[in-house]
Amino acid sequence: MSGLWEMITDPFMQRALVAALLVGVSAPVVGTYLVQKRLALLGDGIGHVALTGVALGWLVGAAMGLVPDDVLAVPGAVVAAVAGSVLIEVVRRRGRTSGDLALAILFYGGIAGGVLLIGLAGGSSGSLMAYLFGSISSVTLSDVWVTVALCGLILLIGLGLRAALFSVSHDEEFAQSSGLPVWALNMAVAVLAALTVTVAMRVVGLLLVSALMIVPVAIGQLVTRSFRRTMLVASVVGVAVCVTGLSITYWHNVSPGALIVVLAIGVYAVVAALHPVLARRQAPVDPHPDIPDDVAVSPAGAGRAAPQEECTP
Amino acid sequence: MTTLATDSPGAATPPPPRDAAVPAIEARDVHVRLGASPVLRGVDLTVRRGEVVALLGANGSGKSTLVRTLVGVLPTTAGSVHLFGHALGDDVPWSRVGYVPQRVSAAAGVPSTAAEVVASGLLHGRRLRLPRGWRAQVHEALELVGLADRARYATHQLSGGQQQRVLIARALVRKPELLVLDEPVAGVDRPSQEAFAATMTRLVADGMTVLVVLHELGELAPLVQRCVVLRHGRVVHDGAPPTPQPGHGGEAHDHVHPHAHPRTVQHPENVRLAEGPFDRPDDTEDEVAP
Repeated sequence: MSGLWEMITDPFMQRALVAALLVGVSAPVVGTYLVQKRLALLGDGIGHVALTGVALGWLVGAAMGLVPDDVLAVPGAVVAAVAGSVLIEVVRRRGRTSGDLALAILFYGGIAGGVLLIGLAGGSSGSLMAYLFGSISSVTLSDVWVTVALCGLILLIGLGLRAALFSVSHDEEFAQSSGLPVWALNMAVAVLAALTVTVAMRVVGLLLVSALMIVPVAIGQLVTRSFRRTMLVASVVGVAVCVTGLSITYWHNVSPGALIVVLAIGVYAVVAALHPVLARRQAPVDPHPDIPDDVAVSPAGAGRAAPQEECTP
Repeated sequence: MTTLATDSPGAATPPPPRDAAVPAIEARDVHVRLGASPVLRGVDLTVRRGEVVALLGANGSGKSTLVRTLVGVLPTTAGSVHLFGHALGDDVPWSRVGYVPQRVSAAAGVPSTAAEVVASGLLHGRRLRLPRGWRAQVHEALELVGLADRARYATHQLSGGQQQRVLIARALVRKPELLVLDEPVAGVDRPSQEAFAATMTRLVADGMTVLVVLHELGELAPLVQRCVVLRHGRVVHDGAPPTPQPGHGGEAHDHVHPHAHPRTVQHPENVRLAEGPFDRPDDTEDEVAP
């Protein structure tokens, strides 16, 4: 018990826990829209592009002689991620290139650009490790404020415009026929995804950022029937795995980002395994009791081939 | 905003629309290209207030493209479309237009309840948030299509016909004056077809203007006042319901839909559309949620 108290009063842990908590809530909110739009891999694409932004910020910082030289890394990531997400949305809209091809090109370009630029900035690929896999233990107070501001913005838009974002993610054609600003709403989702990637970068790292957006949603949709509840369950799971994962790393020296993602996938595996058992416990109801039977079938076995015979004129 | 008293079927006379002389739909010389191919080649179409117009034509004649253009989903290459006297765009009073797209059977990535889907119909134009009392409005719309008891079901748990009715409720929830439907009864189970015809009868009695894409008039025949027939992207008939080509109009003719039941497409000879248990291509079996 005293160990727990020690952890909570540790200022490093306090800052890290606040960041993990906020990211745990907001990432699945955005992830729910991405899954519904069938763009589950968008977060990965943006994450890779953000790496180029990190390196670019580093390069600019080094050129300007700023100390420490990665002070512009996070702003660089924000700019690159937003630019990348807007680019993906434009490409998707034009329909010239299929969405996944555009994403693939961004993946490669983002990583290659990042490694190339960090070399020019006088660093090594090793300098990128903290961004690739997270470095939550080194969160500063100003980092926490940036996280609070960005997560606040993500939740404000993501929850405040839920009905409109749902409409456009669920059925873009209908949204268009309702005169909704479909382009702006799609852009909003893309920019939200970009902001989520940059805030989650600190917690789980760019390579695992998408997992935090998508895996909780995968868990949520296993256990609910509604969009709203899927989002709620996903956020609860997000917070739970982030805080639990981070707390474990206080006592055991493992990578927090990797642990959080492994925990999330573990929860998914358990829920998926239990799902058929739980579903079976519900009463087996006829899903369409009001639909009259279309063919008369003889009881058990004998009637196997009968419907087809009756079909033939 | 003028709304129709769709919720009170017994009402004596609906309030006359403010701008009753302006046609609900006015399309002039509409050309639409999809990719390299011209799909619509100079279509003129006017739908006046209170009219029920059926849009007929063979597969590939451009029916769906036309209605999707009319509601602003597809851009025109040339020509003009006015809804309630306003050129397509931000000026159109979108709350007065309800659109029912062709049912897409593929379930979305995240489960959503019937009520959630219907609620999205309350958003239009610059209204990006649900209005107060949206739950009651959603309930009312679902009641109108006979699905009030399914509000909290996930859409993928519903039958194809019920899913179609959810889409109709989504268009009706904003109490539109113009309803545009794209093949609302294609591959839909019987109870849903009957519920649909009953709903339409009530709406038309209340003064709803309707443009509906159909393969055959079917149960809607008594309601339809005018038929527009498209062929190769042009209007070839505009007037009374036309006589079908021999072998194309009867109950025994099997229409092949791009989204029909797979069995119907692969083995059309297996399905005889006559009286009795097989009188409709029935898709009740592919929609039971796993």
